Amino acid sequence: MNDIRTQEMNLNFGPQHPSTHGVYRGVFTMQGEYVTKCVNHIGYLHRGIEKLAESRTYTQFIPYNGRLDYVSGMLNEEAYVRAVEKLMGISDQIPERAEYIRVIMVELQRIASHLVFYSSMALDMAGFTPWTYGFRERDTILDLFEMAAGSRMMPNYMRFGGVAADLNEEFMPALRKLLDIMPKCMEEYHGILTGNEIFQARTKGVAPLSREKALIYGISGPSARASGIDYDLRRDEPYGIYDRFKFNVPVRQTGDTFDRYIVRMDEMAESVKILEQAYRELPEGPVLAKVPKIIKPPAGEVYHRIEHSKGHLGFHIVSDGTAKPYRLRICSPCFVNVAVFEEMAVGLHLQDAVVAFASLDIVLGEIDR
Amino acid sequence: MVLFLVWVDMFRQWLVGIGIPALPAEILIKTILVLIVIIFVLTNLIVLVWLERKFAAFYADRVGPNRLGPAGFLQFPVDIVKMLGKEDIIPGNVDRPVFKIASICAFLTAIMGWAVIPLGKGMILEDLNVGLLYFIAIGSTGTIAFVMAGFASNNKYALLGGMRTAAQMISYEIPLAFSLLGIVMITGSLSLTEIVDAQKNVWFVFPQILAFFAYFVCSIAETNRGPFDLAEGEQELVAGYFVEYSGIRYALFMVAEYTHLVAVSAIAAVVFLGGWNAPFGLTFIPGFIWMMLKIYLMIFLFMWVRWTFVRVKVEHLMHIGWKFLIPLTLFNIMITGIGVYVYRMIAG
Amino acid sequence: MDKKIDRQALVAFLNEKMDAQAEVFEDNTEGSIKVSRLKLVETMQELRENPQYKFDVLMNLSSVDYPENFTVIYHLFSIEHKHYLTVKVEISKENDCRVPSVSSVWKAAQVHEREVFDLMGVVFNGHPDLRRILLPEDFTGHPLRKDFTQQAD
Repeated sequence: MNDIRTQEMNLNFGPQHPSTHGVYRGVFTMQGEYVTKCVNHIGYLHRGIEKLAESRTYTQFIPYNGRLDYVSGMLNEEAYVRAVEKLMGISDQIPERAEYIRVIMVELQRIASHLVFYSSMALDMAGFTPWTYGFRERDTILDLFEMAAGSRMMPNYMRFGGVAADLNEEFMPALRKLLDIMPKCMEEYHGILTGNEIFQARTKGVAPLSREKALIYGISGPSARASGIDYDLRRDEPYGIYDRFKFNVPVRQTGDTFDRYIVRMDEMAESVKILEQAYRELPEGPVLAKVPKIIKPPAGEVYHRIEHSKGHLGFHIVSDGTAKPYRLRICSPCFVNVAVFEEMAVGLHLQDAVVAFASLDIVLGEIDR
Repeated sequence: MVLFLVWVDMFRQWLVGIGIPALPAEILIKTILVLIVIIFVLTNLIVLVWLERKFAAFYADRVGPNRLGPAGFLQFPVDIVKMLGKEDIIPGNVDRPVFKIASICAFLTAIMGWAVIPLGKGMILEDLNVGLLYFIAIGSTGTIAFVMAGFASNNKYALLGGMRTAAQMISYEIPLAFSLLGIVMITGSLSLTEIVDAQKNVWFVFPQILAFFAYFVCSIAETNRGPFDLAEGEQELVAGYFVEYSGIRYALFMVAEYTHLVAVSAIAAVVFLGGWNAPFGLTFIPGFIWMMLKIYLMIFLFMWVRWTFVRVKVEHLMHIGWKFLIPLTLFNIMITGIGVYVYRMIAG
Repeated sequence: MDKKIDRQALVAFLNEKMDAQAEVFEDNTEGSIKVSRLKLVETMQELRENPQYKFDVLMNLSSVDYPENFTVIYHLFSIEHKHYLTVKVEISKENDCRVPSVSSVWKAAQVHEREVFDLMGVVFNGHPDLRRILLPEDFTGHPLRKDFTQQAD
């Protein structure tokens, strides 16, 4: 038996693979079915958005944001628009109704993004049924976006000083219907997946991420909160009108795959709470402040970040006083989060690596820009 | 149906009457019966695939195929026609002979199990008196076809799939055999016809409920279905051991899988659910129809489990097979042994 | 984003402790300091570990191509104290543009620095694996530089 040689094998996880969430390529060095080394290869979706920004005006760049994390269009646009508003100094001139509409859109988008996470994670484990349940509600949310913004996925809805258009009369009843069925749907999602013993056996204790490691790697968002970092920009440094809403921030301690899953499910429930409050308190009024036609922020720079569904999405904008940005840097949360996978995957079984990758909840559009 | 046997007899007498000696006549009849069984299985396949897709859709709040034929019934035959027309792509560096016969072997071993399955009283291809043993043995040979496919494909994902299949199917042979051992102890025979006859009063699913549960789980693992479909783990291994197969070779693997599924359901119906015996004495419905109903009940259970659960991890698979099912079935054998002994003492 | 620190005190502390050649950087944000690239790693280490400052999160690492220099910008944040700081390092364009890597201080810097190297061409000394991250390996040029002409096919 001692003349049988074993050899490590290189396995390409992607770029064509049903379980990488986009065009991602991980080169695994495998010993049998266990990963001994993982090297990330990204850039398959690089479109040079940051360079393109330098030759577009600020308003022309708004639709580009929907293409960053394409499952969270409204959130990306909000980050960009708030950064430029901060640079222009008009953050406090946004009308009340516009702020409330922004909150409604952003929280709906957060639920939609977490539903993509839920469905994809279930699908990565061959749970075909939870996948369809998640996308059923996501479809309803996308229909709401179509009512408001005209487009399901790349909404192009936020503007400097407010939002592009007011809500039509069908929106609020449709939103009410969705909010009424959401608690029952959340029960359904938990019923088919969370309590299932096979699911728990596959996620509990898999790929734990300690708090120190999460801080050092700069992890943010639900993945960081699953590792014990109790920080949420909406509660701790509220921008817009987030200080008016009562909601909890779910935090877990172990940082394993199951915790990352539970944090996102609880966040969905909290977003429903925020939506209920916003639905009740939505005032009348204009939806766009009086801003100049050509946006020329004063020379200077700004770094503003928001609590995006994947982490902290930050925009670093350097302006030279002209109508086009001098430099626009997008600090995307998935770009930082995916780097920890190289360390996380070592020692994992291939099946666990797939599930751990799904629990990081990355979208390649944001990583590659 | 007795009518069917009467026709077979009449055909045999006619053949002898026109001068064909007994042995070739018998061979001819058996060949025709084998063909009938294969056609029956393939017809079942059409219904099964349609059922599976409709069930999957129903569980997932969808509609399923609804364009071709009534309620989408002709979707699968049209798919087969499409697959027959596809180019037969064989990748460059594969082991060509092994690659080509792997899919045929998978179908062959699945259909060979049908030699002993009774579909009604007397409607059995060959009533071996070791029928159950034969079925389990043929089921074991199915493993080799998947391993052949995995190795010959010259693809790392296929290799991983083939290895996993070998480990999985071997692990679940033992609890499968043990779960059927209790039935053998009660009836004292391995012949499937005698097992059905022994269930005239009580179906074996009631005294042997543990064995039924173990058999159910083991057969999901044996047919590579449901939560135990690691070998073709689509989401991790991109179709596992048949990733390099296309067109009709791929279809053959699917046909083999469904044939094995129907065979395993039929065995469950025969051994646990009373075979062609009618429940509550409703004997005006022929035994063959009861048999079909029971087979489809088992298939419905298999499909229900598949579309509800997520896939298990390899370690858990091994754990369930070796550390849970084997002790469970051994415990069942012990109780059955005690029960049989006590029953014989009481009954004198 | 608003809690700033006393930059004068910080600058004096850094200059005294390790001669970081730090100065307060006057711009519209009122939260930036400028340090020299020579003592960059020690400065960052101090900023991260000193209990008064405790900047344990590197939020962002950008680079800007100004006409007179390249500027590498580090946006720092402290979870404990919840205050912010922007550190700028200016590199002249004449010599090869080299800056020490801070990936030994925050692992998050590894991917950021690879991207800055890829798109802007700033080389980070001491980076464990400095190669292109977004563009293909055989790409020539650094697109985010202002003198990069857009390749037409």
